[in-house]
Amino acid sequence: MNLSVGELRFLYNNREVLHEVSCTIEPGQIVSVLGPNGVGKTTLLKCLNRILKPESGTIYLGEENLLGLRTMEIARRIGYVPQRVETGRLTAFDAVLLGRRPHIGWDITAKDLKIVDAAFHRLSMEHLRLCYIDEMSGGELQKIAIARALVQEPKILLLDEPTSNLDLKNQVEILAVIAGIVRQHDIAAVMTMHDLNQALRFSDRFIFLKGGTVHLFGTGDDVTPGIIEEVYGIPVIIGDLGGVRCIVPDHCCIDRSTIPACERTPYDKRRFIGPVAPVRPD
Amino acid sequence: MHFTDGMVPGDYLAYIRRKSLWIVAGVLLVILLFLVSISVGAVAIPLAEVIQTLSGQNISHKWDTIIWNIRLPQALTAIVAGAGLAAAGVAMQSILRNPLGSPFTLGISNAGAFGAAFSVIILGTGQMHSTVADAVTINNPYITTALAFIFCLLATVVILFISRIRGASPEVMVLTGVALSSLFTAGTMFLQYFASDAQLAAVVFWTFGDVSRANWNELALMTVIVVAAAIFFIWNRWNYNAIDAGDETAKGLGVNVERVRMTGMVIGALVTAVIVAFLGVIGFVGLVCPHMARRVIGDDQRYLIPASCVGGSILLLASDTAARLIVAPYVLPVAVLTAFMGAPVFIYLIIRGYRR
Repeated sequence: MNLSVGELRFLYNNREVLHEVSCTIEPGQIVSVLGPNGVGKTTLLKCLNRILKPESGTIYLGEENLLGLRTMEIARRIGYVPQRVETGRLTAFDAVLLGRRPHIGWDITAKDLKIVDAAFHRLSMEHLRLCYIDEMSGGELQKIAIARALVQEPKILLLDEPTSNLDLKNQVEILAVIAGIVRQHDIAAVMTMHDLNQALRFSDRFIFLKGGTVHLFGTGDDVTPGIIEEVYGIPVIIGDLGGVRCIVPDHCCIDRSTIPACERTPYDKRRFIGPVAPVRPD
Repeated sequence: MHFTDGMVPGDYLAYIRRKSLWIVAGVLLVILLFLVSISVGAVAIPLAEVIQTLSGQNISHKWDTIIWNIRLPQALTAIVAGAGLAAAGVAMQSILRNPLGSPFTLGISNAGAFGAAFSVIILGTGQMHSTVADAVTINNPYITTALAFIFCLLATVVILFISRIRGASPEVMVLTGVALSSLFTAGTMFLQYFASDAQLAAVVFWTFGDVSRANWNELALMTVIVVAAAIFFIWNRWNYNAIDAGDETAKGLGVNVERVRMTGMVIGALVTAVIVAFLGVIGFVGLVCPHMARRVIGDDQRYLIPASCVGGSILLLASDTAARLIVAPYVLPVAVLTAFMGAPVFIYLIIRGYRR
């Protein structure tokens, strides 16, 4: 089921944060929302499941107008993993069970328990079921938050910087989990990201926001040093590192006086050290 | 998306069952304390005869009078008021996202105290008598109660109004409550400064919350309000769990956070207003009983709300019983003792940490 966003506008205190944002997201895709701090990435995400109310525009999930649904009905279709997760004296199982909220009437049923149990198997964390979440690591908590969004049985999964505050191993693990779920269940994931390399590696589509509007909506091939410089205002090199496309800031933009003298290598020698073969647009 | 390969996990069900058992044990303790509370006091009544009298057998006219007119309503009031204050406390802690949340955080009970002081001092509804047992009486308890209630609601309306224009955020509510609390305390002090000795004594007497004050009619009204509020809070338990997980998580789960916050606060304030108006200010129960319950059964509101209610009943009933025994034949108002009884247990629980 496609998620179609049309000319979305959002105002915050009469200031236009999002201006005519349009895109179409298909099932089985991971879409990264990229752009500098404060450009409205999180705002866009929150408009998609109407945590924030857009000023104008349309959001359709298949044939259904999401802006016309009640919040509980939206929560049955769209799962949301916020950037900050609060802990408490709850077991992981209870924390994930909370994700059934949009489906619960007066009380949970055996079906809810089974779905939560399956989610723990799916994320390979059965051993954490009865652990208290206030004793968990950041990586484990992030998985709990993702599991909570999954048991909402969503068609679309929204994730706000799912890898911030995580170490490298956990970053890769979380993104691999998301990728696995998206492929297996044929849902779409939309996530805001700061780490361009992880985004490049795990996403199928990219939304670059600039000045509150979509600067580029495209695939990995559309991501060029030119686009990134336009959006982030910093020149970059995109290279191939062991078969993986990597983005690093260009040397010319780093104030070399801040680099310790012992590491200061002449510019021309530095840029060709190692297996990085720079791909320059020129 | 479908997760169809899951099983109902046995270890989780066992864990849940343990929590339920704690609540059942608490209820049994309430029943035991209830019987003990009726049997002890200035006149000791044997437990067996308490049970016989309660079951309708006519043991002695004297026992009948003491139990049905004095001790039974008092014990039931302690159970109902304790549960009501604790339920309001646990809901407010969740709604305000603040462990210091309680009916008092919002200044509601201070507003009630001001209302009572206003009634006694300005409207002249209270004075001092020379009898030893009940030195102070409120001449017109209905006006005093009504004014206490009105001022409780007034404080609530002010908080609601400010939350309405500034958004129902926990910070706005807590800060407004603190300001109102100070304002009403200052107002009470101002009135007390110009009061006569008799009026001053009456105001101070009113402020010491006392569960022996309520008659059967007032008890019935309190019970209806407390039971309705407890059902409302339990009905919202998943919403409170969601808010505990963070406002954004809650909104992502389809919970209308602002509305849950507003309605929960109104109901919590109403319960508090009724209890404060009839019984006076009883501190500590609303703040601390939820935390005691948390240490034993965790933060899951499905179990925390009933456990807090049971804990509130236990604390208030035990305190009231002790208040009757400590300086017998004199009777202390229960508000003096709730902190004495509760604080040591609470500090022990803080030191011990959570139950594994």
